[in-house]
Amino acid sequence: MKKEQSAKAIRTRNDIIVHIVLAILAVIWTFPIFWVVMTSFRAEKGSYVSSFFPKSFTLDNYIKLFTDTTILNFPKMFLNTLIIAVFSCLLSTFFLLSAAYCLSRLRYKMRKPYMNMAMILGLFPGFMSMVAVYFILKAVGLTEGGMIRLALILCYSGGSALGFQIAKGFFDTTPMAIDEAAMIDGCTRWQIFTKITLPLSKPIVIYTILTSFIGPWVDFIFAKVICRANADQYTVAIGLWKMLEKEYIDNWYTCFAAGAVIISIPIALLFLKLQKYYVNGMSGAVKG
Amino acid sequence: MKLSEKAAREQLAMGTVTVVGALSNGSTETKASALVMGLGNIVHKQVAKGLVFLAVELAYLWFMMTNGLHNLAMLPSLGTAQQEEIWNEELQVYLYTKGDQSILILLFGIATILVTFVFLWFWSETVKSAYRTELTVQAGKKVNTFKEDLATLLDEYLHRLLMTPPLFFITALTILPLIFMICMAFTNYSRIDNHLVLFDWVGLKNFATLFDGSSVLGGTFWRVLAWTLVWAFFATFSNYFFGMVLAILINRKTTRAKGFWRFCFVISCAVPMFVSLLIMRTMLQPEGAVNVLLRNLGFLEAGASLPFFTNATWARITVIVINIWVGVPYTLLQLTGVLQNIPDDLYEAADVDGATPVQQFFKITLPYMFYVTTPYLIATFTGNVNNFNVIYLLSGGDPVTNLASTAGDTDLLVTWLYKLTIDKQYYNIGAVVGILTFVILAVGSLLTYRNSKSYKEEGGF
Repeated sequence: MKKEQSAKAIRTRNDIIVHIVLAILAVIWTFPIFWVVMTSFRAEKGSYVSSFFPKSFTLDNYIKLFTDTTILNFPKMFLNTLIIAVFSCLLSTFFLLSAAYCLSRLRYKMRKPYMNMAMILGLFPGFMSMVAVYFILKAVGLTEGGMIRLALILCYSGGSALGFQIAKGFFDTTPMAIDEAAMIDGCTRWQIFTKITLPLSKPIVIYTILTSFIGPWVDFIFAKVICRANADQYTVAIGLWKMLEKEYIDNWYTCFAAGAVIISIPIALLFLKLQKYYVNGMSGAVKG
Repeated sequence: MKLSEKAAREQLAMGTVTVVGALSNGSTETKASALVMGLGNIVHKQVAKGLVFLAVELAYLWFMMTNGLHNLAMLPSLGTAQQEEIWNEELQVYLYTKGDQSILILLFGIATILVTFVFLWFWSETVKSAYRTELTVQAGKKVNTFKEDLATLLDEYLHRLLMTPPLFFITALTILPLIFMICMAFTNYSRIDNHLVLFDWVGLKNFATLFDGSSVLGGTFWRVLAWTLVWAFFATFSNYFFGMVLAILINRKTTRAKGFWRFCFVISCAVPMFVSLLIMRTMLQPEGAVNVLLRNLGFLEAGASLPFFTNATWARITVIVINIWVGVPYTLLQLTGVLQNIPDDLYEAADVDGATPVQQFFKITLPYMFYVTTPYLIATFTGNVNNFNVIYLLSGGDPVTNLASTAGDTDLLVTWLYKLTIDKQYYNIGAVVGILTFVILAVGSLLTYRNSKSYKEEGGF
């Protein structure tokens, strides 16, 4: 009797410890987010302030971000990024899903070599080729003015067919019997792909669309190398990075926080919606 | 030698139509198709298809005549003509002659070689196509019309339709640049000795420079390599264990509000990574939020600050710790599913035998996880060796303690590569660093993968 009680006491004690540890960790993990939201409403200018909590709150940072277009034109950057994101999302979704479908469902000579090639290319440092990509785009005249957008769209979507693994893992799990039945009914493989496989794989289609849409919003290395000094073609990510440079940081620091909050909200919402596909994709891929 | 109807049928059914077969057994028009692409198809009434083949051949020949041969011819020397000033009497100004630009010569040369390879592949396909048509005629079967041929692209040859556009872009924007950069490693394209416009092949000299530990670049290389490996090891395993422990804590049977806890951690990776890294960097500056907070709380004297990015050891520990903060939510998401797949009866049996939770973790959870996630761990390790974002956005490679070298104390091979190419314009050395990174990763991941249990005994456990 006594032993049972002590076992129960130990369990309760463990539970309490676990919850306290989780609470502390949760605070550590969410603290920077609180801080940036707070900073975005802070009325005092400048990056370094002596007090931790702002003394007064204001909405001016958000207003300045969207109205003060003389030095850093945030609305324009937002528009640029939106255009690039929409088109590169369409292209890369098409590339990625078709590659994944071919590798999962069709059997042809180049299938294995292609998968090996994708693995080998993945081992090279991603932007080792970035300088070379710039030269290539320059040689075909895509690094001036409005063409920069096209160049960025191609950069973001061009290699997407190498990231087929998660989608392929998903297609692998849809039963082959459905394809065979459709084939007997006289469907071509194209019809099977568009009318059967894609509708059946809605989660992975949505996942692919959203991840490729987010890409241009969060990448800044490629954008920086390709845009160079063309300030009117900047994307949001370069804009935010610029705001933290020495000459802007004093005036723009709180606006940086505001901008960070603005682009984080939609991405955060998408991510929370998506996380279950993320988990499924992972465990599917590991199981395979 | 003409094949009999039966033999032709057999060869078609086997699907073993080869170029060699076409050239040794094919009819005259098939053999001639090797020179005039599409001829065999035209003779056998596939006029449109044959004309397409012919058009491709003419386009290639035209390209080679106008540009291609010149590009190839320039490749060995990479150009010699210097840009020069010439006094123009009529206009009374200096005019510049157009000098050679080695970088463009190299790029166009490689592109020409790639185009030629693609053309050779296409050529072999057309010869095979001609032979196949010939066999079809001999077998007494119906030859496909152009329309029917196009229709096969939506059916049995769907992969050709779907894979061609992605492959085109992969070739143009991934493979071509990579070959281009690999070639640069064997040239003297660098700001050293002013070789930014005209440069030459130098063989393995750059590799020798980098491996020579006594030179400045060589010394930097070994130091950066060592830190890269240390970083990748700690970054991978700290995230892995921390994420796993966290996942176990959240998924314990008696933990309340599982969804809430998961939300708290996941919300931090919902913020774009570069934003949270930039925030962290500003917070950890000498006058940043963390130091201010510590001063307000009385842990630090006024004016004193912790040297997060100014002391080498501090900086190294800081980036690893921050990386835990950035990476654990992802690990948590990824490992939760795998952890839930561990068969419950293993734990129940352990409970009956009186194993403590710690014993269960080391005897059941860890071996199972290592077994299942070895490929994942290799991928993460590779990702960390190439983890540009965390280092570049957080510390930027700082602090630089050795002023003579081009790399700071937290620079990884990749961020060093970035500095070498973009900031310093030592393109050749940067390319060598990239190649070596690849070699290290390829050898490392192949070896671990081959030795891992999940490779040796597929589907065991």
